Amino acid sequence: MSADKKPLLEVKHLKKYFHVGKNQTLKAVRDISLDIYKGETLGLVGESGCGKSTFGRTVIQLYEPTEGTVVYDGQVINNSLSQADRHRFTRKMQMIFQDPYASLNPRMKVMDIIAEGMDAHGIFKGQERKKKVIELLETVGLSEEHANRFPHEFSGGQRQRVGIARALAVDPEFIICDEPISALDVSIQAQVINLLKELQKRRNLTYLFIAHDLSMVKYISDRIGVMYLGSMVELADSETLFDDPVHPYTQALLSAIPIPDPDVEKNRNRIMLEGSLPDPIRLTQGCLFAGRCPYAEELCSKNTPEMKEVRPGHFAACHRVQ
Amino acid sequence: MSRLLEVNQLRVQIETQHGTVLAVRGVSFHLDEQETLAIVGESGSGKSISVKSIMGLLPKNGKIVEGSILLEGKDLVKYSERQMQSVRGSDISMIFQDPMTSLNPTMTIGKQIVEVLKEHRKDMSKAQMKERALELISLVGISNPEARFDQYPHQLSGGMRQRVVIAVALACDPRILIADEPTTALDVTIQAQILDLMRDLQKKIKTSIIIITHNLGVVANIADRVAVMYGGQLVETADVRDLFYETAHPYTKGLLASIPKASEKGSELTAIPGTPPDLMEPPKGCPFAARCTKTMEVCRQYPPEDMLCGENHHVRCWLLDERAKALRE
Repeated sequence: MSADKKPLLEVKHLKKYFHVGKNQTLKAVRDISLDIYKGETLGLVGESGCGKSTFGRTVIQLYEPTEGTVVYDGQVINNSLSQADRHRFTRKMQMIFQDPYASLNPRMKVMDIIAEGMDAHGIFKGQERKKKVIELLETVGLSEEHANRFPHEFSGGQRQRVGIARALAVDPEFIICDEPISALDVSIQAQVINLLKELQKRRNLTYLFIAHDLSMVKYISDRIGVMYLGSMVELADSETLFDDPVHPYTQALLSAIPIPDPDVEKNRNRIMLEGSLPDPIRLTQGCLFAGRCPYAEELCSKNTPEMKEVRPGHFAACHRVQ
Repeated sequence: MSRLLEVNQLRVQIETQHGTVLAVRGVSFHLDEQETLAIVGESGSGKSISVKSIMGLLPKNGKIVEGSILLEGKDLVKYSERQMQSVRGSDISMIFQDPMTSLNPTMTIGKQIVEVLKEHRKDMSKAQMKERALELISLVGISNPEARFDQYPHQLSGGMRQRVVIAVALACDPRILIADEPTTALDVTIQAQILDLMRDLQKKIKTSIIIITHNLGVVANIADRVAVMYGGQLVETADVRDLFYETAHPYTKGLLASIPKASEKGSELTAIPGTPPDLMEPPKGCPFAARCTKTMEVCRQYPPEDMLCGENHHVRCWLLDERAKALRE
């Protein structure tokens, strides 16, 4: 990303802690800072429990941040926002959820599901509302006849299209896609991804794309951030991240993706990680990856590495990186 | 390699509130000794129902209406539930997607392994059983077996649990291990560990494996042969290299085209339009006809026959018929 681009969203030292009883704290998001530029797709990857969904939900203020700020288009987004400002903000930022079965109200017609955001913001009423819903249905590849049906009458892929139409209803600029294709079959995933890409081009949308399917993330993202146990360990444009990862965790993660090509797959060298994710509640100091890292030294278990710029636009948090 | 399992013309129906689902519609495949067969397909394609039929684990509303399942010549379809019980766990074992739901949360992992031995290996003494259980725990790559023996499933991570599930499944040296999406619930670094383990174990204890998955990367990693299911039927069966490099069926081609390849960033993914057929009223002709880019009139009217397009390479597609040569490209 070139330096002259102005960020649409600035996340500064964002932290989200959850109290899990007995004076224990789960640090789901530990001090993450990043910028998202207008019109780009930032992919966020990591294994289950790494905090990528919590990060997305905290950015959009579904969770109140424990510390840190989110600045959207120059405006600080927090609890002290006036009602009017908050309304303006919620129109600009929308979310698409993972499970198209759980994220649509089964008792509402598709028409009302899609229009719910418009109703809440008091935009488009009566005939105009209907017209807008039909227009949205067509945008996502459904048709007018679907408007009066209930979610159970749709397949998974179609439901996800309804979820996308709902997110688009208030003309947002920024959409958080939280695992939007993981619940779908392979042949349907490509349909939804193509739709998201096309919408981005047509409406100049900015995406934060959260997923664990790395090949799909690489395909759709301009830049990718890798998370491990609540921290960002590496951030780079997607080509660089895949071709030249510097963090040992990113290297291991990339080498673990099975590639759909038998000859390639039979001749690959995998970096096998020992063990599995440690208990995130107990971790306190040092590099969080030290326990599984093949290169860990004494320093790693003592000091927490900071994000350093390896080369322009390529950041990594590892003591080995100079 | 000798033939271990042979499934012939299997038809399975499932009765539901809304009608009868023709979940498996005339499926035939086989499994040789020490081979790994991957069955690929989307949800609802009939892959899980097919292997559950082999295990005799169909849901109550499911029924095998036709076909045979021969395990070394003996037809399992004709077996009583009692007879199937002695087959399950000792001749054929199965591991499932979610390791947490296939383990008993109130039982130590050691006891869960011993339980299987008690059922099938009445000749073993208690001490022998414990010894065997410890051996199995270390076989699946869990360190410190003595300590793990007395732990409960909740004390283990997801990957460890799946290792325990594999240990339970292998307790009686089964001839066939059926794995239904064994790595789908796991993270990618753990998935790599489990796939490695399965390949290692196959070499060590010489079982045959049937793995069900929707992940073509996993297929490329572990399979010797692949069977692709669509709409309750097998559309293509081939050795793994043939399936990826000499792909013949339009559905398989579509699947491979819809996953992003490293080299083609930015270009549009080739999605398969439409959705899979409703198996309550399956199409009369080819199940893929409605979504295929090369559909001919015959495809909608008559189901394609099993055709051979290379050694071990079976395809059900009218395009392979002599008369459709011009359309094949």
